[in-house]
Amino acid sequence: MSRYSRRRLVNRAMEGIATVAALVAVAVLVIVVVSVTLRGAGALSWDFFTKPQALFGQPGGGIANALIGTILLVALATAIALPVGVLTAIYLTEFAPRRLAVPIQIVIDVLAGLPTIVIGIFVYALLVIGHTQSGLAGAIALAIIMLPLVARATQEVLLLVPSTLREASLALGVRRWRTVLGVILPSSVGGILTGTVLAVARAAGETAPLLFTSSIFANTVQTDITKALPNIPVLIFTYSEQADPALHEQAWAAALVLIAFVLLASLAAKALLARSRRKLNP
Amino acid sequence: MSAVPTTSPLQTRRRFRGRVGDLLLHGLTLAAALGSVILVGAIVWKVLRLSGTSFDRFGLDFVTGRTWDPVRHVFGALPFVYGTAVSSFVALVIAAPLAIAIGLYLSELAPRGVRGLVGSLVELLAAVPSVVLGLWGILVLGPFVAHHVEPWLHTTLGFIPLFGDPQQTGQGLFTAALILTIMIVPIVASISRELFLGVPRELEEGALALGTTRWEMVRGVILPATRSGIAAALILGLGRAIGEAIAVTQVIGGGTRIGWSLFPPADTLASKLASSYQGANPGLETSSLLYLAAILLVIGLLANLIAQIIVRRFDPLRGARA
Repeated sequence: MSRYSRRRLVNRAMEGIATVAALVAVAVLVIVVVSVTLRGAGALSWDFFTKPQALFGQPGGGIANALIGTILLVALATAIALPVGVLTAIYLTEFAPRRLAVPIQIVIDVLAGLPTIVIGIFVYALLVIGHTQSGLAGAIALAIIMLPLVARATQEVLLLVPSTLREASLALGVRRWRTVLGVILPSSVGGILTGTVLAVARAAGETAPLLFTSSIFANTVQTDITKALPNIPVLIFTYSEQADPALHEQAWAAALVLIAFVLLASLAAKALLARSRRKLNP
Repeated sequence: MSAVPTTSPLQTRRRFRGRVGDLLLHGLTLAAALGSVILVGAIVWKVLRLSGTSFDRFGLDFVTGRTWDPVRHVFGALPFVYGTAVSSFVALVIAAPLAIAIGLYLSELAPRGVRGLVGSLVELLAAVPSVVLGLWGILVLGPFVAHHVEPWLHTTLGFIPLFGDPQQTGQGLFTAALILTIMIVPIVASISRELFLGVPRELEEGALALGTTRWEMVRGVILPATRSGIAAALILGLGRAIGEAIAVTQVIGGGTRIGWSLFPPADTLASKLASSYQGANPGLETSSLLYLAAILLVIGLLANLIAQIIVRRFDPLRGARA
């Protein structure tokens, strides 16, 4: 075999390997989504969404309590993380001197990379030891996970705002705070929204922090955030550890609800991002 | 000597309001930013302090202690350090080539129409919640691994002690490593794709014009140019694998065995923490569990800092994005 054809063969082989690797990743996603759908769809029904969990050992029941708990937890976490994250990003892009911006940035990136179970333990140590588990503690833990995601997404879109816009506003004699609130933020709403949606999708599926802060079983619909709120991720986790096939079926159905929400939210965020990018850089 | 411009009270008020507004917004945003920094400090302080009881008792020997016995009040982390190291390392060994290959496919090979679609699907894989992946791991992947993969590996490669006797349930280190692989591949692949796309076109075209094949161009230009970034991405992936608790708890089975074979059940630092805190006695046992959390925290901090330093040091431009 000539040297040339050997080189071409190696090239072909490597291209083949890369293509197969991409196919494998896509296949894994498809297999996971299909098996969750196949196993979960059967248990979906009106009752599944409207009835609370059955007591252990009893048949039937739904996920109404966990669904409402998850919605409350994530809403509360978003209410905490969104303003703090956006303000942090504004500071980093609009105000911070470089020697402060870099270390703060590093710390926020580190926060984003900390194991979520450690964040759970932290909130557990801070708010649960000596008190009880509560929806508030759970929401704070989720907010800590969302915070760096929101901050990073906001920062990226703030950097995309054309500096001409900023300078035009300042040149007209508009104060900095009004420039930020009146010119820069409105033009980056789309990107901030995208980041928030992604953070919500992430928080909705987080289990480890809630295990420590909001996992006491309750089979009624709870809305009191000073008590533990039942929620979907912990429900899936506890049911998956049981041997009862009926519980497995419920876990699959809950997983289907969760994965459908997360994937749709991610897709929506992607579409939003494409739109807001186009608006900023036509 | 110029005349001092007279200002109306209205203008003064407006100027005053403007200054207050600036100060307020600056102060508020600064507070938020510092809040995040203080938060990380508080996390470190709190976790380290609560593991103090156990640290005072066992010191650093905790890390090499082989027994975890709540009844005799002897606690050691070695089985979990072992479980964490092996599962994450195996996951990284499988994930690294896969993820880099996917990054190359997405940046160099994929036809235009397919590129966006496959890229999005790979990113969606990263969005699958770990608890769902864990559920799938117990009920689908585990049995498959137990009935097909492990027996096959054992019969074909059984002379390597890593591939010992197959297990019944498929719950064990190996399944955990596979689940971790699925979790870190999309992360590393997405970062790699960005890195590869950042390599200047002229360099790539220059190499091709010199007559290299596409693979030779990748090996000679793209990979060397992005080496440090890939290293950072792999460290981030490793950090993620080490810290993952839920999916691993679901599929690893639980156990304190240390041995060559990859198949038996085990525990990682994170999975031990997730599965044992509920029944733990307050005092030494809880403190020892928090010691496990402290080890995780230190590893998490180090992994992220090292990755950050690599990215910033070798590629300041990309530091803002990676």
